[in-house]
Amino acid sequence: MSALLRSGWEWFIAQRWLMMVFLIIGFVLAFAIPEYNLLNKYVQLVMMYVGINIILTVSLNLVNGYMGEFSLAHAGFMAVGAYTAALLTQKVLPIAAHPWLFPLAVLMGGLVAAVLGLIVAVPSFKVRGDYLAIITLAFLMIVKSVIENIDYIGGPRGIPGIKKLTTLPWVFFWVVVTVWVVRNFVYSKYGRGVLSIREDEIASDLMSVNTRRVKFMAFMVSSFFAGIAGGLFAHLLQFISPRVFDIIKTTDVLIMVYLGGIASIGGSILGATAYTVLLELLRPSTVAAMLAWLPAMVFDPLNEYVISHLGVWRMVIMPLLLVLVMLYWPRGIMGLREFRWFVPKRDMEAHHCLNKPTGGSHDAADGR
Amino acid sequence: MTLLTAVKVKHYFGGLCAVSDFNLQLHYGDLMGIIGPNGAGKTTIFNLITGVYRASEGSIRLRNTELVGKTPHQITALRVGRTFQNIRLFRDLSVLDNVRIAHYAQADYSPLEALLHIGRYRREEQRIIENSQRLLAIFKLEHLAGETAKNLPYGLQRRLEIARALAIGPELLLLDEPAAGMNPNEIDLLMEFIQWIRTEFKLTILLIEHQMKLVMGICERITVLDFGETLVEGPPEVIQNHPKVLEAYLGEGPVG
Ligand SMILES: Nc1ncnc2c1ncn2[C@@H]1O[C@H](COP(=O)(O)OP(=O)(O)O)[C@@H](O)[C@H]1O
Ligand SMILES: [Mg+2]
Repeated sequence: MSALLRSGWEWFIAQRWLMMVFLIIGFVLAFAIPEYNLLNKYVQLVMMYVGINIILTVSLNLVNGYMGEFSLAHAGFMAVGAYTAALLTQKVLPIAAHPWLFPLAVLMGGLVAAVLGLIVAVPSFKVRGDYLAIITLAFLMIVKSVIENIDYIGGPRGIPGIKKLTTLPWVFFWVVVTVWVVRNFVYSKYGRGVLSIREDEIASDLMSVNTRRVKFMAFMVSSFFAGIAGGLFAHLLQFISPRVFDIIKTTDVLIMVYLGGIASIGGSILGATAYTVLLELLRPSTVAAMLAWLPAMVFDPLNEYVISHLGVWRMVIMPLLLVLVMLYWPRGIMGLREFRWFVPKRDMEAHHCLNKPTGGSHDAADGR
Repeated sequence: MTLLTAVKVKHYFGGLCAVSDFNLQLHYGDLMGIIGPNGAGKTTIFNLITGVYRASEGSIRLRNTELVGKTPHQITALRVGRTFQNIRLFRDLSVLDNVRIAHYAQADYSPLEALLHIGRYRREEQRIIENSQRLLAIFKLEHLAGETAKNLPYGLQRRLEIARALAIGPELLLLDEPAAGMNPNEIDLLMEFIQWIRTEFKLTILLIEHQMKLVMGICERITVLDFGETLVEGPPEVIQNHPKVLEAYLGEGPVG
């Protein structure tokens, strides 16, 4: 029986064309679900958060996973994208008359974030590891305080009343673009350069890799998509303030990256999905609803002392979770491995791993 | 025709003078050895040639290009390949990717073509894979293309490192103690192998080696380095019996 399942699975993952089928089904569903209310509004909302978090995770993985740096700046790039896009839709573009300008606003948010990504890349030429982490943290704090001090964009109060322009199809579209572009990048000479920098930067340089250019590109692509996610996020939450993009937001993305596994797009998709759903399940109201069957004698004190404080505990539990994952599960769900469908056929065949009975991998063809 | 010239090269690490007066002239097709006691500055010289360190003084010229001041990848792109005394493979990457990465400078496509997988990307990637597989086949590693580099036995890792250096398409190959950790049998094979790649790839080779059997066996000229200074230079027969060399090696056992 298990042999049958196994060979069935083998057959299944060898059918690369199915990816196109799933893609089309995905798009159809992305349009149909909100149109015909196939799922309730709350589930739709969670799906959009999942999508935004996938974009954030896949893009951060480029720097923290593939390149092996520890950047904390991601929420900063997200903020830049969010503010840029929100300002465009609220104050610049005639969005009421032309809602189709929305993707342009999101794109601009990504581009501005990418330019700032270039600036963060510069210190990475000189320093690595802890020092670079501190510099990226400083960048995050600078972004936050700059926003807080510009009255035109609401200062510490933020921008309320942003139009809800983010829809399920748009989120799905940007997820597909992110995965496709990052995957293309990873399976190119630049992506291999990024991997080699993680392994041994000097050897990489000595093997003709232009390490500076590669770092520029990695930071740019990474921050570009963080900016895109920010734009989508702003037009979903409909309210942004500097507080939304603090270190906790970065921590969330870090957990999703390391939970899913470094240097893996598939892992990032799984990590982002699992973590987002988990967070939703741990909301006080959800937990209370799930445990309502308990006798009042148990439920009431539980509710009073634990469940209603989950929001505060989150600040303790999440960083702790990050530490635990990094220490005890450094590979995460699929660190250094990849969904076979994401690996270009050319790479797969060159590694002779088409017939291997394990999940494909971009660098090590055996799936340990 | 001269390929590489080093004139009065000096290098300090803080106050320590690791290379004090190094001179070298290498012609196309030469196979030259550098010997000298531990800490003489041999590896430092490789690092100076390849741009890992910038020489404090002096000049290193490849063909007509000054190398001092260039970055490692610029120098490598001038067709200088090297290996390392302590193997420095990309350990967590596949054997194939180790070789493919060394094609970076030759891969002729733009960032945009890479991000969209369009234009020259496909043709170039195909070419890189074919060339990598050809190299792996020469080194009898082709069946291990998908294996993670760190899982290879030591001897194969050494071989892979040379394959990776050749992927650069080098005219000048620098080998830092290629026979380290090998038994006499393996050294014999390595000697044949170095001779073979030399003709096959039309290489000029500069190698550092402690194994006198190898150095005396295949090098046409030998430079002896002591305390960062060129002591003597000449063919193996001269070096073997040179009083200065015997003196420098005193306490390290006899030469040869
Ligand atoms: N990065 C470095 N920093 C400081 N000192 C170094 C460094 N690299 C080498 N040295 C010193 O320079 C001298 C020459 O080293 P090296 O070139 O490795 O010698 P060899 O390869 O001939 O054994 C040694 O005294 C060594 O300790
Ligand atoms: Mg040495």
